[in-house]
This record gives sequence, structure tokens and C-alpha cells, in this order.
Amino acid sequence: MPAKITNPAVRRYTIRLFVLMTAYVLFLILAKWMFKRGMAEGSFAYVLALLPALPIIGVFWAVMRLLVEQTDEYLRMLMVRQCLFATGFALFVTTIREWLQNFDLIAAGDGGFGAAFFWFAGLGLGALYNRLTLGDGGCS
Amino acid sequence: MKNRLKVLRAMRNWSQADLAEKLEVSRQSVNAIETGKYDPSLPLAFRIADLFELPIEEIFERGE
Repeated sequence: MPAKITNPAVRRYTIRLFVLMTAYVLFLILAKWMFKRGMAEGSFAYVLALLPALPIIGVFWAVMRLLVEQTDEYLRMLMVRQCLFATGFALFVTTIREWLQNFDLIAAGDGGFGAAFFWFAGLGLGALYNRLTLGDGGCS
Repeated sequence: MKNRLKVLRAMRNWSQADLAEKLEVSRQSVNAIETGKYDPSLPLAFRIADLFELPIEEIFERGE
């Protein structure tokens, strides 16, 4: 049985995350399906291509809302550290990749692993960093 | 910053969870403050002082 989330801010964040991730999967499937069948043309193609990006942007919003709504200052501090770690990690990886691409040492494109992917991965690494340095991974 | 939170809590026979509930913070917060990993904000320090009915300087003292 999954652990009950008692912190109201974390509970709201979890619900938002679930809704946004469900929307992401549905929009991605829809966009790929329509592009594959040549149903996306003109300006509609742009709208369709951006559709899966909207829930990802929504997750950034949800994380920032968590920072605003978290009333426990210690847990908020842990989350801020996680976000800073994630931002640094994403910028580090994407800058390295960009410069390797600038000199044609690696192929152009991101293979589906964009800045958002590394930022979310950075959140996980940030929690690990908190655990290693403060002995506490964050909200539960 | 050093503090006497653990001693004061023990004198009242409160668990970390009890103190966290009274202060309306997480148990993790109480633990982090007690172990010196986190220094509370001034408003939280005042809440702690009010709860124990002591001046802040009798709970928290200068130092690393």
C-alpha cells in the first residue's frame, strides 16, 4: 500500500503532476499519430507539435507552485536546493552538448533528450545531493 | 548555531513528532534543527521560544 502523503502542498503537487503527465502521454500519442498519417499541415502542424510541450511546461509551473505553497521552511529549502541543482545540471549538460555540436564532434539534435529531460533528471540528482549533504532527501 | 531544543523537548517528554505537530512543521524540520543541520528563520525561532516559554537566547546560542 503506498504511503499516504500528509503534506498538503506535496499532495497538490502530486495530483498536478499526475494530471500533467497523463496529458503529456495523450498529447504525444495524438501528435505522433496525426503526423505519421500526414494529418498535420500548415499552422495546425505547429499547434500539434507544441501540444506535448505544454504539459512539460506545466510541470515546471507545478514545481514552482510547490515552492510557493510549501509552508514548511525546511522542506522548501530542500526543494530550492534541488531546483538549483537541477538547473545547474541541465545547463551543464546542454552547454557541453551544444559546444560538441558546434565543432561537429557529435550529431546535431538531442535525440529526444532536451533541456527539460536533464532538468527533471537533475531534480532526482538534487534529492540525492540533499541526502548526501544533509541526510535528508526531501518531502515525504 | 547551537540549540537546546532536544534537551527542552526531552524535559517535556515530547517526541520529535509531538514537537513538530505543536510547531506545525514537519518532523524532518525538527530533526534538522535539533541536529544543527538547519537554522530556523526568525519567525520559527520565535514560535519555538513561545512554545517553550523561554527567550530565544536561552534556546539558541551563537556558534557554528
